[in-house]
Amino acid sequence: MLLNTYTDSIDFQAFTGWIHGVLSGALPAWGVTLVECVLIGLGLLLGYALIALALIYIERKVCAFFQCRLGPNRVGPYGTVQSVADMIKMLIKELISIDHIDRFLFNLAPFIVIISSVLAFGCLPFAKNFQVLDYNVGIFFLMAVSSIGIVGILLAGWSSNNKYSLIGAMRSGAQMISYELSIGLSIMTMVVLAGTMQISEIVERQADGWFLFTGHVPAVIAFLIYLVAGTAETNRGPFDLPEADSELTAGYHTEYSGMHFGFFYLAEYLNLFIVAGIATTLFLGGWMPLHVAGWDSFNAVMDYIPSIVWFLAKVGFVIFVIMWFKWTFPRLRIDQLLRLEWKYLLPLNLVNLMLMVIVVVFGLHF
Amino acid sequence: MEIKGVNIKSMKYDAFNDNEYIEQLRANGVNVVVGKLDQLINWGRSNSLWPLTFATSCCGIEFMAVGAARYDFARFGFEVTRASPRQADVIVVAGTIVHKMAPVLKRLYDQMAEPKYVIAMGGCAISGGPFKGSYHVLQGVDKIIPVDVYVPGCPPRPEALLYGMMQLQRKVKAEHYFGVVNRKEKKDTAKDE
Amino acid sequence: MNKIKDKLALWAPSVVFAEGEPLTATVPADRFHDTARNLKEDPDTRFDYLVCLTGMDWGETLGAVYHLRSTELGHEIVLRTETADRENPCLQSVSDVWETANLNEREVFDFFGIRFTGHPDMRRLFLRTDWEGYPLRKDYDASPEVNPVRLENDESPDTTTVWEERDGKAVASERVIFDDSEYVVNIGPQHPATHGVLRFRVSLEGEIIKKVDVNCGYIHRGIEKMCESLTYPQTLALTDRLDYLSAHQNRHALCMCIEKAMGIEVPERAQYIRTIMDELNRLSSHLLFWSTLCMDLGALTAFFYGFRDREKVLDMMEETTGGRLIQNYNVIGGVMADIHPNLVKRIKEFIVYLPKMLEEYDEVFTGNVIARSRMQGIGILPKDVAVSYGVTGPSGRASGWHCDVRKLKPYGVYDKVDFKEIVRTGGDTFDRYLVRVDEIRESLHILEQLVDNIPQGDYAVKTKPIIRVPEGCYFSSVEASRGEFGVYIESRGDKYPYRVKFRSPGLPLVAVVDRLASGGKIADLIAVGGSLDYVVPDIDR
Repeated sequence: MLLNTYTDSIDFQAFTGWIHGVLSGALPAWGVTLVECVLIGLGLLLGYALIALALIYIERKVCAFFQCRLGPNRVGPYGTVQSVADMIKMLIKELISIDHIDRFLFNLAPFIVIISSVLAFGCLPFAKNFQVLDYNVGIFFLMAVSSIGIVGILLAGWSSNNKYSLIGAMRSGAQMISYELSIGLSIMTMVVLAGTMQISEIVERQADGWFLFTGHVPAVIAFLIYLVAGTAETNRGPFDLPEADSELTAGYHTEYSGMHFGFFYLAEYLNLFIVAGIATTLFLGGWMPLHVAGWDSFNAVMDYIPSIVWFLAKVGFVIFVIMWFKWTFPRLRIDQLLRLEWKYLLPLNLVNLMLMVIVVVFGLHF
Repeated sequence: MEIKGVNIKSMKYDAFNDNEYIEQLRANGVNVVVGKLDQLINWGRSNSLWPLTFATSCCGIEFMAVGAARYDFARFGFEVTRASPRQADVIVVAGTIVHKMAPVLKRLYDQMAEPKYVIAMGGCAISGGPFKGSYHVLQGVDKIIPVDVYVPGCPPRPEALLYGMMQLQRKVKAEHYFGVVNRKEKKDTAKDE
Repeated sequence: MNKIKDKLALWAPSVVFAEGEPLTATVPADRFHDTARNLKEDPDTRFDYLVCLTGMDWGETLGAVYHLRSTELGHEIVLRTETADRENPCLQSVSDVWETANLNEREVFDFFGIRFTGHPDMRRLFLRTDWEGYPLRKDYDASPEVNPVRLENDESPDTTTVWEERDGKAVASERVIFDDSEYVVNIGPQHPATHGVLRFRVSLEGEIIKKVDVNCGYIHRGIEKMCESLTYPQTLALTDRLDYLSAHQNRHALCMCIEKAMGIEVPERAQYIRTIMDELNRLSSHLLFWSTLCMDLGALTAFFYGFRDREKVLDMMEETTGGRLIQNYNVIGGVMADIHPNLVKRIKEFIVYLPKMLEEYDEVFTGNVIARSRMQGIGILPKDVAVSYGVTGPSGRASGWHCDVRKLKPYGVYDKVDFKEIVRTGGDTFDRYLVRVDEIRESLHILEQLVDNIPQGDYAVKTKPIIRVPEGCYFSSVEASRGEFGVYIESRGDKYPYRVKFRSPGLPLVAVVDRLASGGKIADLIAVGGSLDYVVPDIDR
C-alpha cells in the first residue's frame, strides 16, 4: 500500500490563507467573511463563464474534426475567441417580450437553471484544498441542487405558451427524472465503496488507487451507467430529445432570445462539465495523480504535475467521451429512451448496488 | 475541346475590401469611449452571425453545402444554425418566396430579435428570378422585408454566398450601437397635433 | 386492346375512342366513377395505378385526363372526361378507387375550380383559401390587383367541404378535420425536418400522432401556367427547378416528350451522355438523401460525410455542364455541349472511391443499433397501398412494387446496360433506406458499363430555336431519383404548349405520410418523412 505523500506543486491553501490574513489585518471579523464571500462568488462566476466559453469552443472544434471540417478559425488565433464574440453578441441581443406568456415564470426559468448549475459547480473539488462547498453530505447536496435545474426547464416549457416548448419540457421532465434515478444509484454505489458522503473525503480515499480500479466489477459497471445517465441528464445526444432540432425546432427554449437563451446555452455546457467533474471525483480519483504501486519514480513524476491539471485533464477526457457519443450516435425515440432506463439500467443498477455492498462487506476490493 | 480567350483571375484582396459605401458609413466620427465600445460590439456581432435554418428551394441545398465539409461557414463564426428564429441573427432567404409563403417569411422576420439581418440568396429571392412572370411568386423579398446583402446566382455558388456573408460582416462592422443606429426615433409631435 | 374497348362500351355506352397510342377514351361524366371502378376491378383490365391526373381547360369545356396503367398486365389507357358547365363544374371523384386521386383532385379543384362529388376533402391544395379565381383556366385574370401579395396570415380552417351528388345537383356539406378537443401541433412550413416549406398539421395525443393533415403550396411557383406562355425550348429551364435534386432527369423527361412529339431522333452519343448524367444525378440525390435522413435522426456527423462525397459528384457535373445543382444541360435533340475531356477519368476514379465510403456509411449509420431501432418496423407501407397511392421510386420499390421506369419502358440507353432493379418487401423505413443505399451501388455499376463505351458522333441534332409541336397529346416519363416523373403535353400546333402537366413523384409521397405516421410518435413522423425523401418544390410545382 502506498502512503498518501502527495504534495501539490501549487498550494491553494497558502494562497487562500494569505488572503485571509491580509483581510483579517484590515477588517473586523464580519467584514472579512463578507468580503471573502463576495470574492468567492465572483471567482466562481468568473470560472463558470470562462469554463463555459472554453467548452463551447472545444465542442465546436471537436465536432468540426469529427466532421472533416476545420471549425472556427478566423476569430483570434485558431478561432480561440470565437465564443467570446458569441457572448458579446448575445449580451446585447434584444430580449423579445412575448404576448400571452406567463411573464414571471418565463423570466425566472433561465435563472433557476443557471443557479442550479452554479451551485453544483461550487461543489466540485478542483484541486487539493480548492473547493468552495464541502459539507459532510456533499454528494447529497450536489444531487439535490443539480436536480433543481429540471424545474427551470419545466417552467420554461410551460410558460412559453408554445406547443413545441411544452412537448420539449415534458420530454425533458420525463427523461431527467428517470435518469436521475440511475445517477443517484450509481453514485450511491460509489458512496458505499467510499464510506463517506463528503466530497473531499471521497477524493482523499482514492489516494491509493482510483475507485474505478479498486472497486472491482461493480465500480466499472457503475461508471458505465453513470456515463450513460450523465449524458442523458445533460440533454446531449443521443439523448437530446428535449431540444431535438429536427423535431421540435429548439425544444423548451424555442421562445427564448438574447441572454435568456444564452443562460440555457451556458448551463448546458456547464452541466456537461459538472457531470464530467462528478465522474472524475467518484471514479477517476478527483485531483489525485495516477499512482502505480511499486513504480516509485513514475509516481514521483506524476506527483510533480499540479493537482488542478490532473482534475481538468480527467474532466476533459470524460467530456471528450461524451462529445464523442453526441457526434456519433443518432437520437433515441422517447419510448426507447425510457425503456432503456426503466427496463435495463435501473434493475442493473440495483443489482450492482447489492454487488457493491457484498464486495465492501467481505472486503473483496483492492 | 479547349476554351480560348477566357482569363479568369481571382479577386484581388484589396478589391475585396474596396467598398466606398461602407467607408462612408464609418466616416461619421464619435467620441473615443463610445467608438471603442462600438468597435467591440461590432466585432462580437459580426463574428457571430447565426443563421436561421430557412430554405425554400434549390438555394437551400447550396446553403447546406456551404455549411458542409468543403465550404464550412463555421470558420467565420456562422456556425450555429438555429432552428428557432428567436435565437438567429441573420435570415438567409434561400429560394423562391411565393404568395402563400410571404406572410410566413414576414412573421419569421418579425420573430427574430434585434439586431437582425437579411441576405437575399439567389435570383428568386432578389427579384423572382426565372419565375418573375408567375402569378404566385413574390417579385423579390425586398418588397416585404429589408434586405442587407443580395447574392445573385441561380443558385449562387457556395463561394458567392460566403462572399455575401463576409460582406454582411463588413456592413455590421460599420454600425453604431451607441451612436446613430440604435437611437429610438422621436415621435413627430407636430404631426399628432 | 379490343377487349378493353368492348368492356368500356359495355360499362359506358356513349364512350368515344380516339385514334392513336395508347388507347384514349372519352367517358361521359355521369358514368365516370362506375367505369373507373370497373376498370380497376375487372380481371381483364386491372388498371390499379393512376399514373397522372391532369385538369384541363379545353376552352368550351373543363375536364380531366387520367393516365392509367396496370401493374400486373402492363397495359395503359388514357381516360378523358369533361363538363360543359363553366360556372359550377362538377365531376365524379375517383378518390375511393385510387387513393392518389385524393390530392390530385384537390389540385384540379384548386387550379380549375372543378368540384369532385364524393371527394372527402374538397379544399384548395396549393393556393391561399382567399385566392380569387382559378389560375390554370384560360380566362384567369393574372393581374396583381386581383390577387395582391397578402401579408396577413392565411387561417387554416378546421373543417372542409364535401360535395355530394343528389338528383343531378351537387350539394355541399361540412366535414370536420380537427375538432376542438384535439391537440393540434403545426409542423412547418419553416421547420428543419420538413425538407423545405411543407406544412403538417398534426393531431397529437401525448407523443402519439393521431392524424396528419398535409398543407402544400408554400413553394407553388405556377410552373405549369408559366409553361403555357413560353416557347418549348424556354420551358426546359423551369423543369430543372422542380425537383432540383433530379434536375437533369426532369429535363430529360421533357426533352423526350417533345422529341417524341416532333419525331426527332437523338444521336447515340447524346443518349449515352444523358444516361450517364442521369445516373450521376441519382448518385448526388441519394447521397443527399442519406445525409439528410441521418440528420433527421440526429446523427449529425453522417450528414457531413454524405455531403463530402456528394461534392465530388457535383464537381464532375460542373466541369461538363457548368452547373453544380442546376445544370441546364439537356436540350431538345441532345445535350447542350460535349462532355469535358476529364469526365471519363473522373467517373472512373469515383467508381473506385465511393464503395469504400459506402462501407464507412454502413459502419457509422446502417449498423448502428439506435439507427436500426429508429427505422425498423416504422411506417410500413404495404404494396397494394403503395400502388393505390402511386408511391413510385425507391419508396415504392421498398414495398415490393416493381415500378422502375428504366426497366418497364427503357429510355436513354438503359436497355443496353445490365443492372438490377432493387426491390425489397418489408416496406418500412429501414427498407426504404436500404433500397436507396443499394441504388447508389447500382448506379455506380451502370456508370461503369457506360463510361468506356460512349460512341463518337454528334452530341445533339440541330433544332430551330422556335419549334411547333404537331397537334396532339403526349406523355412520357423517366425514373427520377424519387420516382416516376412524367410530362404530359397537349399541343394545338402552336409554338407554345396548350397545357403542360408534370407528374411529380413527390405528391404521392406526402399523400401517404398520414397513413404511415398515424399511430406512431412524433419522432417517427420525422423518420418517415426523411425516408420518403420528398422535395417540396417538386410537390408544389
